[in-house]
Amino acid sequence: MKFIVAIFLTALLGYAAPLYFPWWSFAVTSAVIAAAVHQKSWKAFITGFIGMFLLWGALAFIIDVNNEHLLSQKIAQVLPLGGSYILLILISAFVGGLVSGFAALTGSFARRIGAMNQDIA
Amino acid sequence: MRVFYLILFAAITTALIIVLDTPLPAGTAKTPRLGYFLSPQKGFWQNAEAANTEFNGELKLDGLKGKAEVYFDDRLVPHVFAENDADAYFVQGYLHAKFRLWQMEFQTYAAAGRLSEIFGEKSNGTNFLKIDIYFRRLGMVYAAENSLKAMEADAQTKEALDSYTAGVNAYINTMNEGDYPLEYKLLDYKPEPWTNLKSALFLKYMSYDLTGGDDDFEMTNAKAVFTKTQFEKLFPYGQDSIQNIIPKGTHFAKPGIALKIPASGDSLYFNYKEGVKVPAKPVKPDPDNGSNNWAVSGSKTKSGKPILCSDPHLDLNLPSLWYEMQISVPGYNVYGVSFPGAPAIIIGFNDNCAWGVTNAERDVKDYYEIKFQDSTMQHYLYNFEWKKTDFRNEVIKIKGQPDRVEKIAMTLWGPVMYDKSYPDKMHNEKAYACHWTAHDGTDELKTFMLLDRAKNIDDYKNAIVTFSNPGQNFVFASKNGDIAIKEEGSFGAKWRRQGDFVMPGYDSSYAYTSIPDSENLILQNPARGFVSSANQYAYDTSYPYYIGGLSFEYFRPNIINRKLSGMQKITAEDMQQMQTDNYNLLAEMARPSLLKYINESLLNDDEKKYLDIFRSWNLRNDATEEGPTVFTPWWDSLKVCMYQDEFSVTQLPLPDILKTNSFNTTLLHALMKDSAYEFADDITTPQKETMRDVVTMAFKKIIPVLKDAEKRNALVWAKFKDSGVKHLLSIPALSRFHLFSGGGRGVINAYKKYNGPSWRMIVQLTDETEAYGLYPGGQSGNPGSKYYDTFIDKWVTGQYYRIQIFTKENMQRQKLAGSMTFLK
Repeated sequence: MKFIVAIFLTALLGYAAPLYFPWWSFAVTSAVIAAAVHQKSWKAFITGFIGMFLLWGALAFIIDVNNEHLLSQKIAQVLPLGGSYILLILISAFVGGLVSGFAALTGSFARRIGAMNQDIA
Repeated sequence: MRVFYLILFAAITTALIIVLDTPLPAGTAKTPRLGYFLSPQKGFWQNAEAANTEFNGELKLDGLKGKAEVYFDDRLVPHVFAENDADAYFVQGYLHAKFRLWQMEFQTYAAAGRLSEIFGEKSNGTNFLKIDIYFRRLGMVYAAENSLKAMEADAQTKEALDSYTAGVNAYINTMNEGDYPLEYKLLDYKPEPWTNLKSALFLKYMSYDLTGGDDDFEMTNAKAVFTKTQFEKLFPYGQDSIQNIIPKGTHFAKPGIALKIPASGDSLYFNYKEGVKVPAKPVKPDPDNGSNNWAVSGSKTKSGKPILCSDPHLDLNLPSLWYEMQISVPGYNVYGVSFPGAPAIIIGFNDNCAWGVTNAERDVKDYYEIKFQDSTMQHYLYNFEWKKTDFRNEVIKIKGQPDRVEKIAMTLWGPVMYDKSYPDKMHNEKAYACHWTAHDGTDELKTFMLLDRAKNIDDYKNAIVTFSNPGQNFVFASKNGDIAIKEEGSFGAKWRRQGDFVMPGYDSSYAYTSIPDSENLILQNPARGFVSSANQYAYDTSYPYYIGGLSFEYFRPNIINRKLSGMQKITAEDMQQMQTDNYNLLAEMARPSLLKYINESLLNDDEKKYLDIFRSWNLRNDATEEGPTVFTPWWDSLKVCMYQDEFSVTQLPLPDILKTNSFNTTLLHALMKDSAYEFADDITTPQKETMRDVVTMAFKKIIPVLKDAEKRNALVWAKFKDSGVKHLLSIPALSRFHLFSGGGRGVINAYKKYNGPSWRMIVQLTDETEAYGLYPGGQSGNPGSKYYDTFIDKWVTGQYYRIQIFTKENMQRQKLAGSMTFLK
């Protein structure tokens, strides 16, 4: 359950933050969520990764379908991905996921250190 | 240990973000910031416009005076209804920005010599700094500033510019990062606020494109290499049997300006011996730029009313140079194409008349040698006196490097383009100032604003009279039956050969003034029933002033006039066929001589096969013909075989044998009339070659090219020519390549590889205007929009759209791509 909630929150805040801040601002929210929702580190990474992978993947997919693959096919030649819009969507999603995953991992360790400090106190 | 991991992963995350937020080297260029670029909320995905997008909205914007409505038809052409002129231009600026912001800003960056700000010194094999330095030293910014002063001195032009700029900025202010056009994201920079100066810079870019080419140094070298007789043979003045714009036999009044060849002329200027090294030019306007326009009077049409046709030939790019629109303000309705970057409709029609333009091709850019007193360049010699130099500092910002300052000496002739500080070393230590009519402070926009509102031929004459640079042939037709054409512009009153060569800048007797406008002649309602122009000499050589230049066209004007002379009861459909016609007059004239001279006994069976294709060709450059695939390279090969040996006697650059238009007629006339042509001999061999040898050798040299084409299944002309419409950054995925199209140099449908009819328009001036038009592009500059290249396929096949001035009520009844309301 925690896992699902964390993924959902990662995607939600990962969508909201860049509306006002730079594209990478979701890294901050992903880290905060990982710090707030207690999970094992590797799980935090996967949560962070999946949250943004799904968000970016879904956003790109919806945009691409509505655009009838017009632009994605062109960009997939510029980049160069052999014109494959599917590959372009996956790569976009992967980039979002990767940054978010590492941010979540960072957040998860921050929480542990916080918890450790509390224990000492 | 946990702290270690925290620090490690925090570092990895940060590093990842930094890498994804930095342009990375890719070959000799840079990638976009990939994280930003791939972000569906900020990056390129935001430019992927939904196919069912409707362009609706109600906008409240500062700067409007009243209400304006915009209806987009199903091709995304806006029909703008404004309550006053200022609001119309405001909305035009807004729409240009909304659909074309990147190109309009990019072109002004190019004009202002600012490309290094975007690309850095070099990118992808192009040295942008060199291009920037060239444009700065040419005085592009200086020219734009001068014209801006003139434009802002006129209340009407100033209001148009101010409103237009406010409209562009109103759009820019609504944008966030995600809204930036794709190219900003690819190149990683941001739009900056628009200014009136940017509009002026854009117009100067057009001046450069149409009058920025010159051969003064090359011709000076040619003078040093050839004897006077040879020179006159290679670069004759005037052309036999050319159909001038103002027909032969027109009586020219006594000239208003007396021409006097300077006393030093014979010894210094016509010396035919001393050469100069040509400074390398990093950029050149496309020599294929040109155009056709004509108007036929009611006496020759089926409807009894005039028909006007116009098709300017320019580099074909995506996004297109043109943006189509209707502007309606109480008092006038106008429809046509506009320049994203400037207010007004440039080529179009209104409720009363229609107009179009072709380039005058006249030489309005000359060089004067400057003698400075010493290396500080503080003083220069002028009529035995030392004059004080002004200096202009041009600061070039270079991405990733410190600024570079170009300190340009300004003389009374113009900016010193070439001196010892120019990066391309000249073999001599001389300095040359560039004298160009584009430097003059003139208001060309006014002409188009007045044409947009013109009601009759007097309004037309009044509109164009102030037009200075780039000199244009304005064709005109009106509903009350008038047709007219006039070559308008500021042209020097020159003596024969003045300005062909570099001139001494220390002697005022080499200066010239402008030809009085009364001697720029108009052809109005001629008895033959038509007027036309296609970049030829406006007048024959009995015109009292010298009209020098190597770019004048022979074949398009003559075929246009031949066709128009033979036509009666002309319809708009006839004109469509004519405007897209592929008949090759050069081939018609050259074929008998080529067949006469070729030595068939020296050809093998393969070679004979190609010759037969040429022999039985219908002389049309249609897409599916094979004849032009044999003729075109043969003709180019012949030019090289004929002249390259003579041109190779010097290391100094001479006019380009293949790109210089005048060599087509020079060679053709030699072929037709001079069997003992002295240039036929290959001077590098001991024996004496004849016309027969050269023609045969030229043919044999193209055989590998033809065989290769045949192997690639590309012997048909369209495949051999392999035309396209290129994105302004030459990115293949954003361009349209391999278009199956006929056309070519010298035919009416002048579609070469990437240059051709950039807008085709036909207007029949019946009571209800019947007009057709299209350009090879689309209304949206966004490669992610379905409107990006909508018109190209139709354009390639020579089809047209019906174009109409609509009322608001008309528009409301149509299927629309959207409608917008602008409120104050």
